[in-house]
Amino acid sequence: MEMNGARALLAALEKDGVDIVFGLPGGANLPIYDALVDSGLRHILVRHEQSAAHMADGFARIKRKVGVCFATSGPGATNLITGIATAYADSSPVLAVTGQVALAMIGKDAFQETDIIGVANPCTKYAFQPRTAAEIPEMVKKAIYISESGRPGPVLVDIPKDVQQATEDIHFPELVKVRGYNPVLDADFSQIGRTVELLMNSERPIIMAGGGVILSGAFSELQALAELLLIPVVTTFKGKGAFPENHPLAMGPIGMHGHAEANKIIVEADCILAVGARFSDRSVGRFDEFGKGMNIIHMDIDPAEIGKNKLVDVAVVGDVKASLKTLVKMLSKQVIARDKDNSWLRRRKELIDYYSESIKDYTRDLTAKKALKKLREILPSEAITTTEVGQCQMWASLHFDVISPGTFFSSTGLGTMGFGFPASIGAKAARPTVPVVDIAGDGSFNMTENSLAVSVLDNLPVIVFLMNNYMLGMVAQWQRTFYNRRYMGVHQNSCPDYSKIAEAYGAQGIKAQSIEELDKAIRSGLKSDVATVIDITIDPEEDVYPFVAPGTGLKDMITGA
Amino acid sequence: MTAITENESHDRLVPLYILSSLVENKPGVLFRITNLFRARNFNIESITVGSTEMPDLSRMTITTKSDERTVDQLVKQLRKLIDVVEVTVLDKERTVYRELALIKMKAIDPPIRMEIINYASIFRANVLDIAKENILVEITGTPDKIDAFKNLVTHYGIIQMARTGVSALPRG
Ligand SMILES: Cc1ncc(C[n+]2csc(CCOP(=O)(O)OP(=O)(O)O)c2C)c(N)n1
Repeated sequence: MEMNGARALLAALEKDGVDIVFGLPGGANLPIYDALVDSGLRHILVRHEQSAAHMADGFARIKRKVGVCFATSGPGATNLITGIATAYADSSPVLAVTGQVALAMIGKDAFQETDIIGVANPCTKYAFQPRTAAEIPEMVKKAIYISESGRPGPVLVDIPKDVQQATEDIHFPELVKVRGYNPVLDADFSQIGRTVELLMNSERPIIMAGGGVILSGAFSELQALAELLLIPVVTTFKGKGAFPENHPLAMGPIGMHGHAEANKIIVEADCILAVGARFSDRSVGRFDEFGKGMNIIHMDIDPAEIGKNKLVDVAVVGDVKASLKTLVKMLSKQVIARDKDNSWLRRRKELIDYYSESIKDYTRDLTAKKALKKLREILPSEAITTTEVGQCQMWASLHFDVISPGTFFSSTGLGTMGFGFPASIGAKAARPTVPVVDIAGDGSFNMTENSLAVSVLDNLPVIVFLMNNYMLGMVAQWQRTFYNRRYMGVHQNSCPDYSKIAEAYGAQGIKAQSIEELDKAIRSGLKSDVATVIDITIDPEEDVYPFVAPGTGLKDMITGA
Repeated sequence: MTAITENESHDRLVPLYILSSLVENKPGVLFRITNLFRARNFNIESITVGSTEMPDLSRMTITTKSDERTVDQLVKQLRKLIDVVEVTVLDKERTVYRELALIKMKAIDPPIRMEIINYASIFRANVLDIAKENILVEITGTPDKIDAFKNLVTHYGIIQMARTGVSALPRG
């Protein structure tokens, strides 16, 4: 069929099921925007390309399908990079399509020319640059395949302007094959036998569920395994919500700001089954100390994660959903029901009781913890929550229980301030029927608040649950803890007024200074058909505890000032 | 023979690994691979790339002095790259591996010239060029052999040296 490269791009996207793109035009992608006029794709115009990438990312995490963003060459493309790197760190399938200067101008330092493939190399799974229009459909299909399959991740397609414009005979392949790319999908049966053996012979087993469980949607398999062997489940922060946090075996996230009982129980275990987790420093503290003297079983889809940070006893490479399913099947043939009243489960209960008693909240009427408990109380379990970065994020991890698996995500790998709000808009686009809430800090929200325009104009209403300390709170906490309260660069000095900011964009802004006001504000936000910013006043000196200081082990956790 | 410096003797204790890989023969591939080495802090001794019997694939031979765990990671990270079709760690006992070096040495006095030429013939090296004040020798062999020759002639004064890095294929 005769068409130009830009139309070939959009048709290829549509053929692969894409129906929404987030982007912003410029000189080098004008042909794509011209083609958008006649296409069936919904285009969401952002106010900054970074947000387009975050929206595509949030969309992808909820849909578990590729999220697409568009930008022009040069500054448009480089503005995407923070979002692409964020998606890469969290294995999210984002497809970024950038315009590029014309082929003949490449390498001539042309206006708005950036070697974006070079720039994006360390934070993309792959990058394509079609040199003819006819190549575009195959490259787009390969890009989506690579992005979504195996361990997902962002892929870039950089299209020179003249290639977008060239009219050629275009064919759309049904199937594509990438010779050097063969993601492992099945479970590795040979290692599952050893896994069964280790689990059956351990007295104090623990499951550590990571983001891989969410990416592969292995929720019911994980729950079946835990219930079959009565194994307590901790998660990494990325794995938060892989397992219902109100489940009788749930222990919550481990890590730098993990739940105290989770950090405690994992160091007392004799066997750790890590599922779709990568032993990040934030989760496990010191690599050499973590899991010392225990048997560690590691299930992951990415062979390169095996032995990267931690040497393990058994490695099961494959999609964790398939691996868990096989494991449960093999176990259910030989399992002898464990006593519900065994000493390990009693220890679990003991730890939870101990820490719920000993870690005290501040006495004030409105604290981060009380605010989040209130939010949980009112929000339906199927609501989606995401976060910004900093104390707000860690409070969310500690005090907001995710009940319905897969309804929570955050920038956990890169820790990108400004991620949550645009990502929540992307999530809303992916699942418009449920409420979506961004648990935010003021500093982070300030970075991408201009996405309020998108939320209002494109009818994607979300709630910004802004825990406002007018501080770069997490940095301030570190300055309090490690730098003797020598504050530098953390005060936001009551600027700006966030409810006015909301109103300026046509959104709803509500100030909440007490639990009653907050209760009303949340209910109002849930009913609103525009975005709602709930500006919650919290104390600027509130700390997040527990805390595992960097460079120490989980056992060195500090539970209070 | 010149004494082995402490550094060199330590170097010899760390085993040399030879990795052989087939990679797509297209632009940007070498960049992706070398960028990976840099980003993940892999220490590479040599890297050679060249054509193979297949027009669309190149063979890349990488040598590294490292421990087993690091090499395992290196292989896995390379396999993750989409343009890398195949990677194997070659068993040195069952591999033919060679490197070529061009070494230009100072050689003015006739007896010294004779000495160098003698050494060269013992090492089956070829004298490619003789000028008034220097001799240029070509030597092919394992990196160890080239190191040995280099150590032998260092004291004459090496003016320039170019080594190609290792190329390798399994035996049989
Ligand atoms: C883009 C970016 N810049 C800087 C940081 C470093 N940083 C981590 S947390 C934090 C403070 C966040 O402040 P805020 O969003 O107000 O949340 P709070 O900690 O007060 O809850 C900063 C500056 C970061 N994570 N991301």
